[in-house]
Amino acid sequence: MLNASLKQLSALLAQKKLSSVELTQFHLDRVARFNPELNAFLTVDAERSLAQARAADALIAAGKAQPLTGIPLAHKDIFCAKGWRTTCGSKMLANFVSPYDAHVVEQLNAAGAVILGKTNMDEFAMGSSSETGFWGPVKNPWDPARVAGGSSGGSAAAVAARMAPAAIGTDTGGSIRQPAALTGISGLKPTYGVVSRYGMIAYASSLDQGGPMAKSAEDLALMLNVMAGFDARDSTSLERPAEDYTRALEVSATDSDKPLAGLRIGVPKEYFGDGLAVDVAVAVEAALAQFEKLGAKRVAISLPNSGLSVPAYYVIAPAEASSNLSRFDGVRYGYRAPEYGDLADMYRKTRAQGFGAEVKRRILIGTYVLSHGYYDAYYLKAQKIRRLIARDFTQAYKQCDLIMGPTSPSVAFGLDSMLSDPVQMYLLDIYTTAANLAGLPAMSIPCGFGEGGLPVGLQLVGDYFAEGKMLRAAHQYQLATDWHLRQPAGTE
Amino acid sequence: MDWETVIGIETHAQLSTASKIFSGAATQFGAAPNVQACAVDIALPGVLPVLNQGAVERAIRFGLAVGADINRRSVFARKNYFYPDLPKGYQISQYELPVVQGGSLTVVLEEGVKTVRLTRAHLEEDAGKSLHEDFHGMSGIDLNRAGTPLLEIVTEPDMRSAEEAVAYARALHALVRWIGICDGNMQEGSFRCDANVSVRPKGAEALGTRSEIKNLNSFRFMEEAINYEVRRQIELLEDGGTVVQETRLYDPDRKETRSMRSKEDAHDYRYFPDPDLLPLAISAETIESIRSGLPELPQAKRDRYIRDHQLSAYDAGVLTSSREVADFYEDVISALGGGYKLAATWITGELFGALKRAGLEISQSPLGSRQLAGLLQQLQDKVVNGKGAKEVFDAMWNGEGEATAIIAAKGLKQISDAGELEQVIDGVLVANPKSVEEYRAGKEKAFNALVGQAMKATRGKGNPAQINEILKKKLAG
Repeated sequence: MLNASLKQLSALLAQKKLSSVELTQFHLDRVARFNPELNAFLTVDAERSLAQARAADALIAAGKAQPLTGIPLAHKDIFCAKGWRTTCGSKMLANFVSPYDAHVVEQLNAAGAVILGKTNMDEFAMGSSSETGFWGPVKNPWDPARVAGGSSGGSAAAVAARMAPAAIGTDTGGSIRQPAALTGISGLKPTYGVVSRYGMIAYASSLDQGGPMAKSAEDLALMLNVMAGFDARDSTSLERPAEDYTRALEVSATDSDKPLAGLRIGVPKEYFGDGLAVDVAVAVEAALAQFEKLGAKRVAISLPNSGLSVPAYYVIAPAEASSNLSRFDGVRYGYRAPEYGDLADMYRKTRAQGFGAEVKRRILIGTYVLSHGYYDAYYLKAQKIRRLIARDFTQAYKQCDLIMGPTSPSVAFGLDSMLSDPVQMYLLDIYTTAANLAGLPAMSIPCGFGEGGLPVGLQLVGDYFAEGKMLRAAHQYQLATDWHLRQPAGTE
Repeated sequence: MDWETVIGIETHAQLSTASKIFSGAATQFGAAPNVQACAVDIALPGVLPVLNQGAVERAIRFGLAVGADINRRSVFARKNYFYPDLPKGYQISQYELPVVQGGSLTVVLEEGVKTVRLTRAHLEEDAGKSLHEDFHGMSGIDLNRAGTPLLEIVTEPDMRSAEEAVAYARALHALVRWIGICDGNMQEGSFRCDANVSVRPKGAEALGTRSEIKNLNSFRFMEEAINYEVRRQIELLEDGGTVVQETRLYDPDRKETRSMRSKEDAHDYRYFPDPDLLPLAISAETIESIRSGLPELPQAKRDRYIRDHQLSAYDAGVLTSSREVADFYEDVISALGGGYKLAATWITGELFGALKRAGLEISQSPLGSRQLAGLLQQLQDKVVNGKGAKEVFDAMWNGEGEATAIIAAKGLKQISDAGELEQVIDGVLVANPKSVEEYRAGKEKAFNALVGQAMKATRGKGNPAQINEILKKKLAG
């Protein structure tokens, strides 16, 4: 059951060989077993989950099951879920119980999926290691002395350790893809606007996008079918015809040896320069060779402004965050300092005590770059760079269908090894931030192992709305390989 | 030294939409605290704004009414500052690219007409309300008002006196109500003005340092506040002092302005485009369809009344002071099939007098336009004379029914029968030989006395024109 696909689980449920209550309890038991060490889940509420599972079983019995009905899913603690404590990894919201459901949560609930629990993350999604949260670091199931990546590290570890069949996360600068890579799972960030942001606690509004995290591309497609869709409550949500991503997985090629014949894979030279660890480069190269074996053609391309994406990202994201996080002021909900003098003192103490160091750092940076006299030099300039980066991709997609390269420059690094050097940590986002800045869909799939037997992720970046194309390429790769089925030792 | 006053006005007009500018919560005034504040208004984590197109439509209507440019693309920006009644920690407003740019408003003053140029008008959301009383050392927050749609209308510094500023504010107030975008209720805060006031030596080009008087919610306070502020600044300058740029509040009880905060404590609002909202795009078709739905505007109406109805500029101005008044007038003349001057005279005279005495608005008039038209019809048809008509008017005001019924009930029908009048006049001439003699001796006044006697003899119902005519004939004979 540990490596069963969502489709297989769904079939077992439909055939009554398994009930949702059993499946949910099975995973709750695994959470109880592995979470004390891994710290992937922040909130588990067995009663609430089992009640949902019972409702799902009733739906199945009534013949009203949909593809995700009865499947327990781990939710990153950034999604508001009615009746669930929703902390966003922060002391600021340590006791916040959401009175409403995010759009994504609504969609999953309506499909009959079960909320297995809320997963750990970097505080307000600010980080690349899931160490910045109030609740302590997530540990990597492949090596608990290493980070699980971030910010969706809890969701990634939950799937990697098979505590959950699949999970949902959010990606602002790589927060789905990088932890997926570091824990050996698959994760997808859709085109900006495909998944509603309503009820997803905002970090950087113009970059945030929710997406699925699972063991395989096939599972991702099934989840994206439910998560995607127009929502009038999010003005940046896109109104377009629904797509069945599971159908996109299939290939019509008659030559079953070359299912990806005709696919042009762009390999940007900038993604293989200094800073890329050798073990990662080797695994990625092997994956590209595998794609060629499947019929794809490799095209050398250039994304000349790649080097500017991290600097641009670390201006724009903090700028938006500094404003988005102003609502956490101790007035209406959330943390308020127990003792204070006047109003200004209440704000100061509440925010000084309620936010962690990384969040404060980004609020300071964001406040600075938006300040009078600095706005043009930083914020406006970063926006111009953003347009240049998007243009690079538009140019590139004249030559290729998908872009591939490493997701992260290295395998999972040691806990605490980067916290003292934030800039070094920011540079880990070198390959992932561009897709957010351009609004493009991107994913990471496991493609081998590097130093210390740690997973390596392959990144795929598609043109706007090329989720289907990306998922097909990834699925065909996963039909031919078994990296995605490897499981950390000790989690069997 | 002679000083010149320079004033610019910023007005926050609450747009008359049923729901808020970025949420579905109701905007109705007077609800219990916080019952009209939804998840978006209280800024729960994860919520997002969605623009109310009704607010956009009203902004466009305003822009077209003042001859402004409607920007085909405008941008919502966040104005960041902390305050307990500002739930998100920022206000969504428009900064670099407002929806309405330019335009002007013509203001009728005693000494003539003046054009006040508008800089811009932009959409924004209102904040909530902080309540500092009744909470035992704490403050209460009411977020019902948070997210209420506002149109902020900004003028150029074109006004030169408190009177001009008030005339502008009144004209703007009439216009926003005229085009149906704002209810104009100043007590409820639907129409609030800030006045930027400075003085400079007469003839100087450079503007003096200004102070901004915030939240003037009545025309009288506006006039008092500006006059006080002008005196204060002139005295300060004449005593060798300098005016500091600051925000001031008017205290109507003490009739003075006092400093609220100086420029030094001014916030850096860190405006930037709101990433939760797409730029506001307005199509040419939308603009044209709104333009075609605009009512005839006060200025055009005023000109038409002067030109086609031959009304005086004053009457035309009064009749277009609000849409309700103009509608009333037009209902009356349409029922009468003309009678412009008659209608204008009765509305601006008798009706306004009665309304003023009763402290009522025209919309609350106990006397409808159809009723008044009925009376004027009787007057026009000489069924009743002017004196009788006033009596009918009072009766109608008191709810005694329609003109014809009142005339009949009170026996006010005018006597226009020549034979009957001749008989009466013969009697008057016999009874007043002294007046007859005086008139014949050239004393014009005596004629009026005889007319008065004739009217008295008909108990006020005689047709005055006919009486005049018959008297003249008989006295000449």
